[in-house]
Amino acid sequence: MTAVSDPRQMAYIAGQASDARVNVEIETEGMTLNIGPQHPATHGTLRIIVKLDGERVVAAEPVMGYMHRGYEKLSEVRTYPQVTTLVNRIDWLGSFANEVPFILAAERLMDVEAPPRAQWIRTALFELSRIANVVLFLGDMGVQLGAVTPVFFAFRDREFVLNQIEAVTGGRFHPNFDRIGGLKDDLPKGWIDETKGVLGRIRTFCDEMEDLVTGNEIFQSRTRGIGVIPADVGLSYGLSGANIRASGVNWDLRRDGGIGLAHDQLDWKVWTHPDGDSFARYWVRLQEVREACDMVDQLLDGIPSGPVMAKVPRIIKVPAGEAYVETENPLGIMGYYVVSKGELVPYRVKIRSASFNNVSITPWLLEGTYVPDVVSILASLYFILGDIDR
Amino acid sequence: MNSALTFAVELAWWQQTSIRAVVGLLAVLLPAGTLVYLFLFKMMSFMQSRLGPMEAGPFGSLQLLAEVGKFLQKEDIIPVKADRIVFKAAPFVVLISTFLLVLVIPAGPDAWFIDVDTGIFLALAVSSISVIGILMAGWASSSKYSLLGGLRAAGQLVAYELPLVLAVMGVVIQAGTLNVQGIVMAQATGEIFGWGGIGNPFIITQFLGFAIFLVAVQAELTQPPFDMPVAESEIVTGYLTEYTGLRFLLFFIGEFATAGIFSALAATLFLGGWYVPGIDPTSDLFNVIGPAILLGKVILVAFLIFWFRFTYPRFREDQLQQLAWKVLIPLSLANIVLTGILKVVF
Amino acid sequence: MSALPKLALPRVPGLVKGLGVTLKTMVRTLTKGSHTVQYPRVKEAPTPRARGVITLHEDNCTACMLCARECPDWCIYIEGHKYKAPPRRPGGKPRQKNALDRFDIDFALCMYCGICVEVCPFEALFWSPEFEYSEPRIADLLHDKSKLGQWMETVPDFQEYEAGSEAKKLQVPR
Repeated sequence: MTAVSDPRQMAYIAGQASDARVNVEIETEGMTLNIGPQHPATHGTLRIIVKLDGERVVAAEPVMGYMHRGYEKLSEVRTYPQVTTLVNRIDWLGSFANEVPFILAAERLMDVEAPPRAQWIRTALFELSRIANVVLFLGDMGVQLGAVTPVFFAFRDREFVLNQIEAVTGGRFHPNFDRIGGLKDDLPKGWIDETKGVLGRIRTFCDEMEDLVTGNEIFQSRTRGIGVIPADVGLSYGLSGANIRASGVNWDLRRDGGIGLAHDQLDWKVWTHPDGDSFARYWVRLQEVREACDMVDQLLDGIPSGPVMAKVPRIIKVPAGEAYVETENPLGIMGYYVVSKGELVPYRVKIRSASFNNVSITPWLLEGTYVPDVVSILASLYFILGDIDR
Repeated sequence: MNSALTFAVELAWWQQTSIRAVVGLLAVLLPAGTLVYLFLFKMMSFMQSRLGPMEAGPFGSLQLLAEVGKFLQKEDIIPVKADRIVFKAAPFVVLISTFLLVLVIPAGPDAWFIDVDTGIFLALAVSSISVIGILMAGWASSSKYSLLGGLRAAGQLVAYELPLVLAVMGVVIQAGTLNVQGIVMAQATGEIFGWGGIGNPFIITQFLGFAIFLVAVQAELTQPPFDMPVAESEIVTGYLTEYTGLRFLLFFIGEFATAGIFSALAATLFLGGWYVPGIDPTSDLFNVIGPAILLGKVILVAFLIFWFRFTYPRFREDQLQQLAWKVLIPLSLANIVLTGILKVVF
Repeated sequence: MSALPKLALPRVPGLVKGLGVTLKTMVRTLTKGSHTVQYPRVKEAPTPRARGVITLHEDNCTACMLCARECPDWCIYIEGHKYKAPPRRPGGKPRQKNALDRFDIDFALCMYCGICVEVCPFEALFWSPEFEYSEPRIADLLHDKSKLGQWMETVPDFQEYEAGSEAKKLQVPR
């Protein structure tokens, strides 16, 4: 933090930053520290203003919006295929999963159902993007806590999953593959066997993470009992996904929501953990990756034959109406509220993103913790900036 | 080199001093460069399933030179409110500690810089000077991140001085002398239950001391799992945050030089230093191959240090302190008591 | 609530197991090679469907402007003119046809979404996995008609589909 010596300049800056309560001088008690927006710990440009007393946090406040790209406004002037392209970029690690609730909402408005083969492949890609997303988290939490090696293993094994996604869709990070009424194209020959091999690698990676991270006593002492979120507080703040399942709430939209994916025809279980601390959130996500591997195995074994696209007109005009669909995305619950007036473009798209609610608990959660624990807690909550700011 | 360099020719005083200075510089920089290349560039990469630098020189061996060149051409930025004199002096204070430390380590029966009767005591004393340098860096940077890092460093480094010293005490008791050359000779000429085949490397009887020494060294170097002061994901680089270019390079090289020197100290105290079994410890051959043998043992010990560094996450500050005060110090005290008893009994 | 697998009290402490993982990876990298390749000496081939660059088969293009309209970034620039082609049979009317004057794609703007390739009704646009076309000047990233036609040589044939698929394999016009 560079300091300014001219008192007028200092007063100007202090006035500009008055809403952020940034102190320009070092006080002996109540030091205000800016974590971010450029910082190795925050997954992107998130700014957290913490007021410290020594190494203890007295108050914390997240400041978001540094990465706001105006998705909801853009959607008002983009056709449905174009919006599908754009929403890939909200949660850029599990990108296929962003398209799914939007397409499902549009399909609900058009009263069109994708054929079974399309639904199964859609679910398989959905779970693959969950694997790609959470595998990175498993490595990334190690880095936030100081272990430099797990993240390289995560990137290495994630490459295989991305190669599989690329083999089907053509894009590693931005597949743009879901269409209203089905999918853009069918699976290439040999993809199913290759993907099964990749799943074996991911399972080996999960075992490595058990040895390297969860079994590590240092990691456990840094995460057990840290950042405990009781179930009722979590639910009242709108936490979703693995964050709330780690507090013991047995709630998963893949099982409890009535959405157009093939999860109800698979044999799988929901993982929860009673503790609600950072370790629990890591552990639940590790089990979810393993579970997702099993799900993809079952899906690939049982893909029904048939077309991948229902009969929809070439130029899509969605009839008037509104629909809200939410799905269990890798980061949490993501929902799209689509209002249509019967034109080529939607009238309004409201995006309920998981990370926005997940981050909202930080003022309550970070009070009274140590500065190192701030990073551990933020890492375990696992938000993506694109998801917060949209 | 000892007080009179005896080569074929008798050298003048200034020639001897310049040779001493060059050799001293090499003794610090060579282990630093070797450790940086072998462990930071290569071993870390292999542990992470990648190859590391491969372009600069064969297998990337000249990467460090490239990095030095890169750092030299960077802009020298000093924060406006920083205390300029203290800010600039801090890296040198840390380096002074390293250079003083290398003086006591012998590389052969006659290849030493100084041979004082309180060698180990001197070594441990000067190793604490780096704490002052780190505090200077943290305070003079006038940045909240640096301040946090400096304060964390102060607490941690002072706390881990004690296990370091106490672990060495066991060796001193067993060897019977504070003189470093004497300790090496005691290992070279000692016997294990009457068998003098490989001498008596103190790691066999002082394995607890060795373990404590390694942990304390890890903490003294602020390496993971004890790198709270430089916790990259929290306070950017702690006390190093405001240092750029050449000043950062001084800290960087200093850190690896100190790692090399401490490894050399561990090798000298526990593994026998420049001695390998099979050759008479007073022969002149050791003056030639002694440095190479010592370097080999340094690489071995440093392998352990860096292996821990790349595998473990970091401790929190209070957990760190608890480990030092509640676990390491009682263990090392117990080690001393046990060593004393066994020394009297046998 | 699901039952937790027992956090087994490890016979080998977790710290040692972690060391084992890194050592194993190091040995594996030294003996079997790393997972990375030294680009540009070794190049990994992308999958056939990879979206590398868009190519144009000019004969099929009728300058209908659908791709330029549907592009989210408006990075396709098309200019065409109408001309009267001679009648197919003697005594018939002259036919009005479109000719393509200019077809530029600005790859500095392109999002690689593929909407243009998809909406083209005449199968004039194709994807190619070629990706090594970076330029020192941004202006050179505007590929004109001839350059887009040159990329057609790098377009791979469409792949076979998996068993159970009803999709028809298309042909790439050569």
